[in-house]
Amino acid sequence: MSTVKNEREPLFSAKNIRLMTTPLNKENPITKQVLGICSALAVTVKVEPAIVMAISVMAVMAIGNLVISLLRNSIPNRIRIIVQLVVIAALVILVDQVLKAYSYDVSKQLSVFVGLIITNCIIMGRFEAFAMGNKPWPSFLDGLGNAAGYGWILIAVAVARELFGSGTIMGMTIIPEGFYKFGYVNNGLMILPPMALIVVAVIIWIQRARNKDMVEEN
Amino acid sequence: MKPIRNILDSIKPHVQKGGKFHAFHSFYDSIETLFFVPDHVTTKGSHIRDGVDMKRTMFMVVLAMVPALLFGMWNVGNLHFQANGVTDFTLMEAFWYGFLKVLPIIIVSYAVGLGIEIAFAQGRGHEVNEGFFVSGMLIPLVLPVTTPLWMVALAVAFAVIFGKEVFGGTGMNIVNPALLARAFLFFAYPAYLSGDTVWIAESADAISGATPLAVLTAGQHLDLSLMGMLVGNYAGSIGESSTIAILIGAAFLLYTGVASWKVMFSFFIGGLTMGLLLNGLSAQFPENAYLALPAYQHLLIGGFAFGGVFMITDPVSATQTETGKWIYGFLAGFIAIIVRVLNPAYPEGVMLAILFMNVFAPLIDHYVIEANIKRRLKRAAVAK
Repeated sequence: MSTVKNEREPLFSAKNIRLMTTPLNKENPITKQVLGICSALAVTVKVEPAIVMAISVMAVMAIGNLVISLLRNSIPNRIRIIVQLVVIAALVILVDQVLKAYSYDVSKQLSVFVGLIITNCIIMGRFEAFAMGNKPWPSFLDGLGNAAGYGWILIAVAVARELFGSGTIMGMTIIPEGFYKFGYVNNGLMILPPMALIVVAVIIWIQRARNKDMVEEN
Repeated sequence: MKPIRNILDSIKPHVQKGGKFHAFHSFYDSIETLFFVPDHVTTKGSHIRDGVDMKRTMFMVVLAMVPALLFGMWNVGNLHFQANGVTDFTLMEAFWYGFLKVLPIIIVSYAVGLGIEIAFAQGRGHEVNEGFFVSGMLIPLVLPVTTPLWMVALAVAFAVIFGKEVFGGTGMNIVNPALLARAFLFFAYPAYLSGDTVWIAESADAISGATPLAVLTAGQHLDLSLMGMLVGNYAGSIGESSTIAILIGAAFLLYTGVASWKVMFSFFIGGLTMGLLLNGLSAQFPENAYLALPAYQHLLIGGFAFGGVFMITDPVSATQTETGKWIYGFLAGFIAIIVRVLNPAYPEGVMLAILFMNVFAPLIDHYVIEANIKRRLKRAAVAK
């Protein structure tokens, strides 16, 4: 019955590479799919938590995508959301415990937001949209790519907010003392959540100004 | 006028299509129409062209602000001399001192705002329009005189880009750009926009500059006569303190028909209503001095009058339907007093209330129109 299947694809075929690179720019989860905005507002006041958050999401997403993809043929369709949640929850608890063990301070700063990775729309979105219908290896790469796309926006926003809001990056003072003597003052609005939205909006603006085909018609 | 015409005519060939400086044509246009009525002629169909275009309308509003501006300049000097213990200063001395303090703020506001407007218009191939005329004057009037100039520049840039240009420029903005500039500074640099040291230029001792609102928030008795509230020679943002000067502007705006009297009137009614309601509560909570303040006095202190006359009447960010104007103005006044009295973190609620209602204006319009449709449908059904 079975005909000859297509021969094995190389691990890093052009298609698989594209799975990893398009989320960085054209299919970015935050700026194009507009997912995961909540955590982009919450953890981007300082760079360090943003980096930790990006890495945590990457771990959960890549492994989660892999697991869901392996299970995809045995998950009953009607309870698939529950199964997906169980997988994410297990992974998030692991990440949370690792953070508590190895970098307790950052874990305290991120506080509830590590737990809230469970509700991060990007993860559920990728499980549903990709892992449920694709093989494990491409799913893994897709998870990595989307988490990286999410992560670099997070870090870019955090750099802007920490630099102008607190005058530091990763806790190191960047704005020279002389500026303050001339009357420069850190921008308090940068520390408040609304400014994260505006910084994200600026990134979206720049991105769409560079690629005209990303501009939505309405 | 003749020499100006000659100069403009001599420049014109260079900025027209094919000229050397075509890139600056929109800037040229804006200068030309500032001095002369545009000579565009309708060629097809019967259209009516009115001399009252946007530039004239905007100019009316700027004229209406002049009394508040002049008084503000005098008041800056007045407060400065008083705070430094000088008693024998003349009116002109005080005015001149204030003029030199306020002028740089106005220049920075216009230079940055117009610069960005021209850059965007040029980039989009639009004509430069006069949208910033009013905002450029409103922004200095709602700031303390001691605001550093770079902050003014930053706030103007933020307001023009994120309040207006991203939405498509003049006439498309959702919130009032001048208030957005103030809100930006208020949240970004709170130490420079509130407190009791920022209102007086170069005061010798920093204690004397509390605004009436700050005094009330601190729970102290307000030592200000009704006449004092009307005249407004107390500490505050440059243009907001004198109720009389603002009322002169209001009369001018209403006489020329530029501002909607419905919005203005219902704003004050809203403030009065909330003030009266809160007065009723004052017996139970004697520790909040604000609650006991007579309702009509709420309308005279702080930025209430200024907001009600110049800010909320902005036709772009306000509601468009006539019924909506009543609701919009009333709620803004109502909320302004709620914030002012019940939230000690924000001594002045007018700015926040108006921005809040700006966002809700389209929703109000939507329901007013829906209600109208429903009412008329019902009527049609009965007639059948």
